[in-house]
Amino acid sequence: MRTSPSLLSLTIDSALLNLSNIADLSPLPDHIVLDLFLLPARTRYFLSSRHSTFESQLPLSFLPDVLRNSEIVLISETCTSLDYRVAISCFSEALYFGIELLFVFGKMSLAIRDDEIDIIIGAIRSDLTSFMNEWRPMFSRFHLIIVKDPDLKEELKIPEGFNLDVYEKSDIDRVVGSSTSVLFSGYACRYFGYLVSRKKYIISVDDDCLPARDPKGFVVDAVAQHITNLTTPATPFFFNTLYDPFTEGADFVRGYPFSLRSGVKCALSCGLWLNMADHDAPTQALKARQRNSRYVDAVMTVPAGSLVPISGINIAFDREVVGPALVPALKLAGEGKFRWETMEDIWSGLCVKVVCDHLGLGVKTGLPYVWRTDRGDPIASLKKEWEGVKLMEEVVPFFQSVRLPREATTVEDCVVEVAKAAKERLGSTDPVFARAAKAMLDWVNLWKSVGSISSSPAV
Amino acid sequence: MATVSPTPLLKDELDIVIPTIRNLDFLEMWRPFFQPYHLIIVQDGDPSKVIKVPEGFDYELYNRNDINRILGPKASCISFKDSACRCFGYMVSKKKYIYTIDDDCFVAKDPSGKDINALEQHIKNLLCPSTPFFFNTLYDPYRDGADFVRGYPFSLREGVPTAVSHGLWLNIPDYDAPTQLVKPLERNTRYVDAIMSIPKGTLFPMCGMNLAFNRELIGPAMYFGLMGDGQPIGRYDDMWAGWCTKVICDHLGLGVKTGLPYIWHSKASNPFVNLKKEYKGIYWQEELIPFFQSVTLPKDCTTVQKCYIEISKQVKAKLSKVDDYFNKLADAMVTWIEAWDELNPSVAKSAELPNGAAK
Repeated sequence: MRTSPSLLSLTIDSALLNLSNIADLSPLPDHIVLDLFLLPARTRYFLSSRHSTFESQLPLSFLPDVLRNSEIVLISETCTSLDYRVAISCFSEALYFGIELLFVFGKMSLAIRDDEIDIIIGAIRSDLTSFMNEWRPMFSRFHLIIVKDPDLKEELKIPEGFNLDVYEKSDIDRVVGSSTSVLFSGYACRYFGYLVSRKKYIISVDDDCLPARDPKGFVVDAVAQHITNLTTPATPFFFNTLYDPFTEGADFVRGYPFSLRSGVKCALSCGLWLNMADHDAPTQALKARQRNSRYVDAVMTVPAGSLVPISGINIAFDREVVGPALVPALKLAGEGKFRWETMEDIWSGLCVKVVCDHLGLGVKTGLPYVWRTDRGDPIASLKKEWEGVKLMEEVVPFFQSVRLPREATTVEDCVVEVAKAAKERLGSTDPVFARAAKAMLDWVNLWKSVGSISSSPAV
Repeated sequence: MATVSPTPLLKDELDIVIPTIRNLDFLEMWRPFFQPYHLIIVQDGDPSKVIKVPEGFDYELYNRNDINRILGPKASCISFKDSACRCFGYMVSKKKYIYTIDDDCFVAKDPSGKDINALEQHIKNLLCPSTPFFFNTLYDPYRDGADFVRGYPFSLREGVPTAVSHGLWLNIPDYDAPTQLVKPLERNTRYVDAIMSIPKGTLFPMCGMNLAFNRELIGPAMYFGLMGDGQPIGRYDDMWAGWCTKVICDHLGLGVKTGLPYIWHSKASNPFVNLKKEYKGIYWQEELIPFFQSVTLPKDCTTVQKCYIEISKQVKAKLSKVDDYFNKLADAMVTWIEAWDELNPSVAKSAELPNGAAK
């Protein structure tokens, strides 16, 4: 949670605890004084002062000489410098110093270039015309990767005007070999896109989802929201009751430890769905007419140590940070072309969460919403195969009990450890798990050979 | 939106506990929702002052003299000149459920403009299970129009009993003093239409402004600590209770929910005054959070009281080096449990788990 303290920081800590006993602060050097009063914010900001005109909402008499006529530059951990109005709160005992000071917590998100983003679509259906046209305002700025389900026989129909690369069965076979290409059938075809992408951020939605509207009637820009989620910190170590503290109009609440307010990098952003929510087949069959109409205006970090079923219908992730952990591994025996007949994304998401918890990365859930169209018949799916529902009874306790060793410090190492544990503990329960474990190892190897080539794309 | 059945009023099973030092004018606005219920008013500050309760409410009122008379020497565990004194109300109540609210909290409106019946929502939250073992991405699965998502194991769909319902606030947000000083004009205008279970193993900052709980399941853990007059710290009463409560709930397999209902928080307290009260708390919480995150309770702690006494021992052992205050607090925690058991003898062993084992 925090790095071990230096001698200087221990001295400052001790001085601050005894602040009321220090009658005269004037002999202290300016930078130590500033450091003392910024202690609660210290873990988040470094401070440097330049001399220029200072604009403040407070009367200047509130500022000490050292801050007067200075421009205070706050440098965040990510080395983005921002000018803030700074004042530091002086506690009653420290009024010996004769100043009222206030300090500021700023929120910052990184500016992302369009060419850092890939939008990856797994084409389970051949006619993508209306899908692409509906998403055009949001997608057209970016590069797209469309991966055709190898089992799909028809030609893909894609409208003009996009910057995209399309991959089909022959491409997949060529890049990974026909023996491993089985990893990428059905919904898992999108993972091939993850493998060959060379961008930092990936956004992926199912081909039966359209842009949603918020309660005010505005179209939700899912891409922008995912990027915001990924580029603002996550806060997995303590729950904020006002949800995302980095969003406009919100903040950390009283009682939230200051040392945890800088948060950690967000590796994965899970969005939600209006209309057809991602229920399993029994639930949807039982509540045939139920549609999700509740728009919950929040993004939140899933706490560390807490597992969550991450739906692949509407996700985004930082490929550089966590790419190998999204694994096309769990393939049901009767896996089909409706989400009710798959569990690959749930297994993948549990793996990602375990890895993120181990490496101190964050996972967010909530906004953005997409509109998921009615498709398929849950009862038909249920009759055909409810293997997935049964398997979760084994899968969830397994992931809840996985402990990654300290030595696993890279994502690839973590995935290998999870695969080993899966083989050991679940392999004999059902052959689908032994296959999943093997698939995870194959995936990691693929990632090392194909996924991390820094030069031009493999195709 | 059709509801399956109306929410029960629980008017003979729920007490509303209100700490006050000024007046209770705010009750007029709550009258349509609160009038059926019994109020327990805990009057802080000068006991010779007369607090006027609006006509038509059924209530009992306790001032400092009453607290001293009822608890005798044990009254030392109840704070003075701080809303933490409200926990005395929890102790003397004879009901199953408690709702506590601050006297500067009013009825809020939902996005459609309708008045929010906060108490009814809290009752709904308490009467329906929590799901702390696996996060549901559609939040409360038992709500109308929602359910468990794909991948949620069926064996976990029964949930566990809900011990605490933590509501939120529109308008003045519950910020600490430094944040208040920096953002004096910020108002919470975002209505987040969700209730969710806080996962097991996760701590949260519990605000006492709009809080309901099942007194039979978790009451003894809701001690709001030593704050206010003569104490080095203030505005951490509900935080302390929240951390203890969550640790105990996690241990006993009980649920804590947060989210709806919203109330309208009208009064911003003076941030400079708050800063003086919170100053030590801001630094101490850096030690307290790791402490609570690492507390483990032995299997034989099967009641809330046993869990609480165990926590008090660990407070004394591990936090007294932070400040001598924690020695006093640990002692006060024990006094609280003794006083609780004295005033609540028939449920002295509250909510023993069915097979005696803690999860």
